[in-house]
Amino acid sequence: MRDFLRKVFLADLFEGLWVTLRAQHPKNIVTEQYPAARPKVAERYRGAPRLNINPENGETLCIACDLCALACPENLIVVGWERNPETKRKELTTFTYDTSRCMFCGLCEDACPVDALELTQDFELASYSREGQIFDRQMLEEGIHPTPYKH
Amino acid sequence: MPETFLDSTELVLNMGPQHPSTHGVLRVILKLDGEKVMGTECVIGYLHRGVEKIGENRTYAMFNPYVDRMDYVAAVSNGLGYCLAVEQLLKVEAPPRAQVVRVILTELNRIASHLLWLGTHALDVGALTPLFYCMREREDVMNIYEKYCGARLTTHAFRIGGLIYETYQGFEQECLEFCDKLLPRIDEYEELLTANRIWQKRLVNVGVLTAEECKDYGVTGPMLRAAGVKWDLRKAQPYSGYETYDFDLPTRTNADSFDRYIVRLEEMRQSVRIIRQGVGRLEVGPVMAKVPKVIKPPIGEAYVSIEAPKGELGYYIVSDGSTQPYRVRVRPPSFVNLQSLDKMCRGGLVADVVAIIGTIDIVLGEVDR
Ligand code: SF4
Ligand code: SF4
Repeated sequence: MRDFLRKVFLADLFEGLWVTLRAQHPKNIVTEQYPAARPKVAERYRGAPRLNINPENGETLCIACDLCALACPENLIVVGWERNPETKRKELTTFTYDTSRCMFCGLCEDACPVDALELTQDFELASYSREGQIFDRQMLEEGIHPTPYKH
Repeated sequence: MPETFLDSTELVLNMGPQHPSTHGVLRVILKLDGEKVMGTECVIGYLHRGVEKIGENRTYAMFNPYVDRMDYVAAVSNGLGYCLAVEQLLKVEAPPRAQVVRVILTELNRIASHLLWLGTHALDVGALTPLFYCMREREDVMNIYEKYCGARLTTHAFRIGGLIYETYQGFEQECLEFCDKLLPRIDEYEELLTANRIWQKRLVNVGVLTAEECKDYGVTGPMLRAAGVKWDLRKAQPYSGYETYDFDLPTRTNADSFDRYIVRLEEMRQSVRIIRQGVGRLEVGPVMAKVPKVIKPPIGEAYVSIEAPKGELGYYIVSDGSTQPYRVRVRPPSFVNLQSLDKMCRGGLVADVVAIIGTIDIVLGEVDR
């Protein structure tokens, strides 16, 4: 009998509907308004790469050891270097990083012995062309500057 | 009257590969008699990337991020299986703290995977709302991953020999908070769905696969347990210290889609129990075992299988003593479970095919690899 009444008065459907209605309360709204409100990503986030420079003298931290390029499963880092005839040390000339093939696994970052290469919290990596995805040394040092969203 | 009298013309219909309810790029060729399904044939391989072959051309450490991309809904479980297999080759074991963190993260992953399954399955069957709620809870797991290892989906969380990241400040707290939050939410899903007459009509006695048939097809995971077989590799061949955790294996006996739904919901509750125990056991200690910088396992082979959210996930690795695996073979649960589709669909209606694909819980990245 109880089952019959439940069926007639659609009790099972209203129970579900009640859950839906409860979720309408403003304090239960969880949607992020992305371009207008930018999320704060975690500290360890693996986003756009950056080649760190020494804040004291503005020189690159990279010692051109090529370890990151060797660690990368996708082989997308190319480190260009030259031996300085005076100091007999390797010096970085070019550095290309093809983000279109990168899977942001972080192995290059782990491999770097001097913390020069770092995956940062910048996550807006879209660009209009394939070439735009290939980061050169300048872009890597300056970081990406996405166009801010305007209302 | 001759039997052929009633035969209508059979119609062959293509479903997919671009179809919202095939969960990716699965193509099913349906042989129909009116609304009735007379037979099905799966065409797979649209997402084939040759992961196993890639493995032969990468070093052991380099291959690690690729396994995340097979079952991307349960990337952490994939990573665990691979790391355990290589660790077995190397004969090392992760330190206790690393093992506990691994258990916590994989159980969180089981919850995330089941939540996504529940949301999409309900969507297939016609209930739109659960998807949003499931995604909302899944977001919390993703946030924990993001804080822990820096990525949300394809995490690359574990390394061979342990972990590379220490847990972050407030990790335990957040896990426990998530557990407390999830339990009432699971009840909420039940409120929405379990008693709902449409949900029941669509699922009860749809896609029955008995225990015998499950064994014949090699089906594992929640599907097998919904058929009443108490088989879970976490209990049967414990790894990562699962034998020390206290949890139950939910089983049901009807072996239909509805029972699989109940089993998966119950599994989430059990995962919460495991996470709570795990958080209580976190002790200070190293997280990385002693592994050489260049991983070069001795000649030999190893097969390790773990209980992924979808079933038995196995990694078979052959080493020829070099830095790269000679062969990596993956036994993905989705691929094996999908083979039972034809058996379950035959004699049902077209609409049931959608429900049955949903109930198997496949990820095409893993089926095609
Ligand atoms: S994040 Fe991974 S794929 Fe990307 S450059 Fe670094 S090592 Fe290569
Ligand atoms: S590993 Fe670090 S120091 Fe070496 S080349 Fe790469 S970025 Fe430079």
